[in-house]
Amino acid sequence: MTAQADAEILSVRRDGPYWQMSFAAPGIADGFRPGHFVAIAVDDAHILRRAFSIRSASTKAGGALQIIVSPKGPGTKWLVERRPGDLINVIAPLGKPFRLPTEPVPCVLVGGGYGVAPLFELASQLRARGCPVEIIVGAGDAQRLYGVVEARRVSDAVHVTTDDGSAGEHGRVTDPLRRILAGGHPAVYACGPMGMLQAVSEVSAEFGAVAQCAVEESMACGIGVCMTCVLPVIGDDGVTRMVRSCTEGPVFFGDRVRWSEVGTVPADTLGAPEPRDD
Amino acid sequence: MTDPRVTLGGVDFAGPAFTASGCAAAGRELAGFFDLTEIGGVVTKSIMLRPRSGRPTPRMVETPSGMLNSIGLQGPGIESFLENDLAWLTDHGVTAVVSIAGETVDEFAQLARILRNEPAVKAIEVNISCPNVESRGQVFACEVMSASSVIHQVRRNISSDVPIFAKLTPDVTSIAEIALACHNAGADGLSVMNTTLGMAIDPDTLRPILGGVTGGLSGPAIRPMAVRCVWQIHQVLPDVPILGMGGIANGEDALQFIAAGASAVSVGTMTFHDPSAPVRVQRELLGLLDERGFTTVADAVGIAHRGGLT
Repeated sequence: MTAQADAEILSVRRDGPYWQMSFAAPGIADGFRPGHFVAIAVDDAHILRRAFSIRSASTKAGGALQIIVSPKGPGTKWLVERRPGDLINVIAPLGKPFRLPTEPVPCVLVGGGYGVAPLFELASQLRARGCPVEIIVGAGDAQRLYGVVEARRVSDAVHVTTDDGSAGEHGRVTDPLRRILAGGHPAVYACGPMGMLQAVSEVSAEFGAVAQCAVEESMACGIGVCMTCVLPVIGDDGVTRMVRSCTEGPVFFGDRVRWSEVGTVPADTLGAPEPRDD
Repeated sequence: MTDPRVTLGGVDFAGPAFTASGCAAAGRELAGFFDLTEIGGVVTKSIMLRPRSGRPTPRMVETPSGMLNSIGLQGPGIESFLENDLAWLTDHGVTAVVSIAGETVDEFAQLARILRNEPAVKAIEVNISCPNVESRGQVFACEVMSASSVIHQVRRNISSDVPIFAKLTPDVTSIAEIALACHNAGADGLSVMNTTLGMAIDPDTLRPILGGVTGGLSGPAIRPMAVRCVWQIHQVLPDVPILGMGGIANGEDALQFIAAGASAVSVGTMTFHDPSAPVRVQRELLGLLDERGFTTVADAVGIAHRGGLT
């Protein structure tokens, strides 16, 4: 059950190139499934909530949630300056989580940058169901690489790629993904930048696989009332609609998202503007 | 304790605070955060005749004490709205104020005819001021003649016991003049105000940030402007109910609108910050009215025009 609460911060600490924050969320943490996100109110000068995918839940303080923060804007910088004992207003868990296979099938999890965050708990839950798990961790360079050690702890094999070759394999996450897909028929899960999700979806499709992708769209509310976080998604009826990534996502089947048209309204979208003569 | 009930255009509402159109979808998403029957009602996101995709992303930019949006009236169209959204509100006993938008005067008339047979519609807000349309010519509320024709057509196509509220834009020289025209054309009340047109440019790319290039500015940044608009309209139309809105974040903000001449308020952008903002604002407002000795909300309406508290 989604709830809004003033949550006490339990810890804020550097975690590689990012920050990890833990806050008490009794009654909320129990409902967490990998893929869920939290919307957090920041300082008074910034009225829009910030959305973070939930990294993990723990039993601390009667139930706590952990997130990874990249302090690149004023709201996120404010957030990492909070100290244990401070209160932050949170709404969680939000969104539709990753769907887990009912059979113990092999799974490959692909994370770009701090998009790896929700994949650790996903990996643990998959392995608990008997699924062999491989994780691909990618980033632009070694500085932005996140979670390799944690990935090793929760999976059967880890593959690391960087765009500039400064760590792991020189190349993209799709390079090891292609090799893994060629050797079997795993379920694919991905979280990271849109470009990466598009590439993962396309490579998965080449091998007849469908990736579950957690998208990161800019949101104002996180609860489905503002209509800012939309992207073109093909429905079960074959019709493309501008759908909210907060309520209908953030996890989408990769073959349903019109990745190359994200940021546009494709002409055949339900209710798209009529072509204009002028 | 101040009586929370208010009467707008002959219809009674449970409280003086409403959601604001475009900031609450059709209410359902907020039901998990507060009891929607405690507030005056849900003003639904403007509905059009046909489904509408809205504009490309990015649709939102955060700005100092506010935000810009260029949603572009995304919605499922009136048929789906009646079947799913209005039905849900009815089933849950939530008071529905339905906001309608059209590209032409005739579309507004058609929407009014369709809604005429819906007993669940307690009032209609006529959105003649959405800034996120293809041409400024479609912002009917920018001009006396076009504003009047829309209101006239809606009024003659809807039952006389359903009050209609014209939603106005501040982006005009004299909002009082537009308000007078709308009232003369048959508007029972006025919703004041819609967003004001704004724009933001990305300092790195030097391109407009919004997919729609320009967008509507909302939030506390525009509150003083909205209070001024309510004040000016109440001056010329002291007996016409005004639904006041524009950056209301708490009870004190709402009280400013009431004192300036609003009979009730809508809470919009701050719902994104706090989903229970409408009910919180209402409780705070009633508390402040009570502290000041008002037994009804109506007693405080426009009091700033009468010398304030004596």
